[in-house]
Amino acid sequence: MSARRVVVVGYGMAGARLAEEIRRRDRTGERVALTVIGAEPHAAYNRVLLSAVVAGTMDADAIRLQDADWAERTGVDLRLGVAVTAVDRDERRVRLSDGSAVDYDALVLATGSTAWVPPTEGLRTEDGALAEGVACFRDLDDCAAIVGRARPGAPVAVLGGGLLGLEAARGLAGRGALVTVVHPVGHLMERQLDPGAGAVLARTLAGLGIEFRLGRLAARYVPGDGLKLDDGAHAPADLVVVSAGVRAETTLAEAMGLECDRGVLVDDALRTSDPRVHAIGDCAQHPGTVSGLVQPAWEQAEVLADLLTGAAPAARYRGTPVVTRLKARGVDLAALGEVHAEDADAEILCLQDATRGRYAKLVLREDRVTGAILLGVPDAAAAVTQLYDAKTPAPSDRLALLLGRALPAAGAPAHSPADLPATAVVCRCNTVSKGQLVKAWRGGACSVADLAATTRATTGCGGCAEAVRGIADWLAKA
Amino acid sequence: MTNVAAPAVDTHCPYCALQCGMRLSGARVEPREFPTNRGGLCQKGWTSGALLTTAHRLTTPLVRVGGELVSASWDDALDLIARKLSALRAEHGPDSVAVFGGGGLTTEKCYLLGKFARVALGTSQIDYNGRFCMSSAAAAGTRAFGLDRGMPFPITDVTRADVVLLAGANPAETMPPFLQHVRNAANSGGLIVVDPRRTPTAEQATLHLQPRPGTDLALALGILHAVVADGHVRGDYVAERTTGFEAAWRIAAAWWPERVERVTGVAAADQRRAAALLAGADRAVVLTGRGTEQHARGTDTVSAWINLALALGLPGVAGSGYGCLTGQGNGQGGREHGQKADQLPGYRRIDDPAARAHVAGVWGVDPDSLPGVGRSAYELLDALGTEGGPKALLVFGSNVVVSAPRAGHVADRLSALDLLVVADFVLSETARRADVVLPVTQWAEEDGTLTNLEGRILRRVKSVDPPDGVRSDLSVLRGLAVRLGQPAHRFPDDPDEVFAELRRASRGGPADYSGITPERLSAGEELFWPVPDEDHPGTPRMFLDSFAHPDGRARFVPVDHSGPAEPVDDEYPLIATTGRVLQHYQSGAQTRLVPELVDAVPEVHVEVHPDTAARAGLVEGAWARVVSRRGATRARVRLVASARQDTVFLPFHFPGAQRANLLTNPALDPTSRMPEFKVCAVRLEVMT
Repeated sequence: MSARRVVVVGYGMAGARLAEEIRRRDRTGERVALTVIGAEPHAAYNRVLLSAVVAGTMDADAIRLQDADWAERTGVDLRLGVAVTAVDRDERRVRLSDGSAVDYDALVLATGSTAWVPPTEGLRTEDGALAEGVACFRDLDDCAAIVGRARPGAPVAVLGGGLLGLEAARGLAGRGALVTVVHPVGHLMERQLDPGAGAVLARTLAGLGIEFRLGRLAARYVPGDGLKLDDGAHAPADLVVVSAGVRAETTLAEAMGLECDRGVLVDDALRTSDPRVHAIGDCAQHPGTVSGLVQPAWEQAEVLADLLTGAAPAARYRGTPVVTRLKARGVDLAALGEVHAEDADAEILCLQDATRGRYAKLVLREDRVTGAILLGVPDAAAAVTQLYDAKTPAPSDRLALLLGRALPAAGAPAHSPADLPATAVVCRCNTVSKGQLVKAWRGGACSVADLAATTRATTGCGGCAEAVRGIADWLAKA
Repeated sequence: MTNVAAPAVDTHCPYCALQCGMRLSGARVEPREFPTNRGGLCQKGWTSGALLTTAHRLTTPLVRVGGELVSASWDDALDLIARKLSALRAEHGPDSVAVFGGGGLTTEKCYLLGKFARVALGTSQIDYNGRFCMSSAAAAGTRAFGLDRGMPFPITDVTRADVVLLAGANPAETMPPFLQHVRNAANSGGLIVVDPRRTPTAEQATLHLQPRPGTDLALALGILHAVVADGHVRGDYVAERTTGFEAAWRIAAAWWPERVERVTGVAAADQRRAAALLAGADRAVVLTGRGTEQHARGTDTVSAWINLALALGLPGVAGSGYGCLTGQGNGQGGREHGQKADQLPGYRRIDDPAARAHVAGVWGVDPDSLPGVGRSAYELLDALGTEGGPKALLVFGSNVVVSAPRAGHVADRLSALDLLVVADFVLSETARRADVVLPVTQWAEEDGTLTNLEGRILRRVKSVDPPDGVRSDLSVLRGLAVRLGQPAHRFPDDPDEVFAELRRASRGGPADYSGITPERLSAGEELFWPVPDEDHPGTPRMFLDSFAHPDGRARFVPVDHSGPAEPVDDEYPLIATTGRVLQHYQSGAQTRLVPELVDAVPEVHVEVHPDTAARAGLVEGAWARVVSRRGATRARVRLVASARQDTVFLPFHFPGAQRANLLTNPALDPTSRMPEFKVCAVRLEVMT
């Protein structure tokens, strides 16, 4: 039995993960002969950590997904720096830019997405390239360009106040750049946040030195000068970082004649309109899945690996509940589910403390969390996310859930020994209650040392010594 | 009974690996100053004298006749055992007889038990309950450092550390006087406790990380990620003293704290705070306990914690390090001298030809006569009475009917044996099922050595005479060996003689005891192994110059998170995790005989979040049925507001229908063969 030939187009986070998942299920290559084609000349890297590269806490090597010898070690035919020029679906043959060709039994498109650059005058040169001083925020080369220009004290404009734009802005501010974010909507991250949360977030980021021009479009870019906005204002910029959204990379899929909408259409088995061709990650469009995030891509890779290796023929991808987390030092933000719900069937709670950068909103239906925004309450964010993922009923004390550790602990220490119930265990190591101490005292053990000798309180770890002294003092006064 | 007025002797507590110093006058206990307990004792230690006068003491061998255990003479009992063993061996071969030991036995007993199995019985089938305790930490420690000594530094290094991370450890209940050693860290804002429950230990923490059970590995990866991302890696140390960082980081790189948060429920901000606390310390110690180790991925989980410690440059540096909090009294010594399926004395491997030659030389036998690697503890129990499995089992110092996972099945396996022999000092739940019960001495009735959680060798001193009719385990082994045709001199029953032989057997091995003498111990020398000769001062701190791998470097091990063996589902929607309470020790066979401890905690309880209990129709104090795929336990409901809603907790010290281990999952760690005690899927039902 010869191995099936699987060809993966794309060596980004989805393609590299798929290759790993296939080899995890088929270590020796007995079932799948795997070819991976990457257009970029360098190894796959972790796009999620690009903001750490911009922030300067990680270098390019630290965010590589795989060691240099990974492909060789695992028997994967990895071809870097070659593009796919055409796919012949009848012949089941992929033609490459170096003139070679690879035949497949199954083809996987993992071509990812590309940054969308708004048609603002001056951002692109006549030949379509980005103008001097303009960079996207999508890949390692972008990061190098950004880091090269974002010197401490230099003005930088970020076009787009979405998740990635804000992560870039935070990283640049952390490097000492003077950052202005220009965003066409009236509040930040409008897909994930309501206006109230957006305002608190802007306030928090402003405290970190970032300025905002909200509800404004950039009208024109002048290299060496900056951005002219649609209200006539001017945002000086040595560097403009474009983070205005991404588009699924479907050029190849369209050329192949596969059905595409915003992305390549796939079903629960991650099949395109040609059942021998699959698509995963940012280039794919699965019903009910938001693209542009790594979690869905990785889950799709697992399902597809199950199918392609035959490890689990019944595996299906049924969507990923999305939790958006802003990765920006000093800001803790989680948003999930239906944050804009307003209908009467939904139970909606909202707390805000803008001065301290906190905003917490919870949407529940039939006791289950269906949406939340949690800004500045990190432990609540963790707890709510678990409830959302597990679909378990929320605690009946909703406020405690939202406040997290901001709430005083239950059973706070009593102020006076008089307030302690007699059954309260004072010395845990020796199971000595307040009642036993009182009894011992009345029996003549009228000092801390005598109480210890009689009841053994304080003779374990000694952590209760102060409490026992307090009880002795209280009894002495009584 | 024994209680003659006896002179006071300085000895150690019979229970946990802290081995608190105590002074015994007959059965009267007083604490004494010792580095591990600094004069403190918990309720178990204080009341341990009651074991010496308990009315439940066995004083005569028992033999099953017509379904009943009846008194027998020692000669009759030993003759019967030897006759049956000989017949089984003749018919089915040496592996038809198995031996199960314990981490509470003295080092001399562990050593002689291993020798008895390999030489007198010729069986490969020997393992012990330490497999259920520290085996994952031991395997991970060996993998990383080339050698496993639970704590490769004295406990005083913990005392002085300004940051201590406790992963899956609850010493406030399991070894209470130990809390003195983390007080400095707690007071200086540096005590980090990782535990799904808000335990008494967690209550004292500066930072309590409360992961979903079974996700500790992901949490350790998240903290490592934060250490790297925030620039805390000790690059010089990693470059000079370790190998393998790159591969370990490739995996941790995919576990950024926000992703880890979603899996574990631990806030990303708290992971970063843990990283910053550890990195900012002058002296930091990472310690693991059973909570993080007793998983089907326990070895990898401990490796993840060690990777974190290595990235921070802690191991092998004076004042800092990684260690495991060993559980049983002689959990350390018990894992070094040959009662483990793959091991010979001195922490040697039984499949190493040089080790076999050395030990066979000391024993005066042909190296080729020694058996090879046998089954691990659960696999051994699971094979009992099956086709090709052992048909007889000798149990020393263990109560597997209560302490083994999937306990109902283990009891069935014991019933399928042709012969079950249990040596114990009381009629434990396992002894009740035996064909022959042998009454043996207990801690204060004999001399012996133990090795505590620090790797410090201790002398246990006889303070009372055993009751009439009771023999030491050493004497039992000698009596059986002779009946099986061994020369008597090969099985001495004097502990000092056994120790002298053990010294020779361990010489040159990783755990080298050859320089330790009873005289040095009695003189109060603080001896930490290895002690390769009598002039050697011992080794309080290991790895200061180099690690025990041939290249002298510690190894990062690339490990990834995959989650528990049994995920929750609609039928079994809750996670059950098991553990301990302060008042009881292990299977409770001893502590359930002490009236004061039973008064304090008489029965099993199940900790449940109030909302979870309400949904199951349960209230505080009600009896619940906790049901897993393997069995059901009845337990009294205790509502705990700080509990995770998805998790219930049961202590495992109780017998019969209250056994938490009726529920547990025997999925085994591929390396350590540790069962998954800490996670299984259950549901709650109202008792009707």
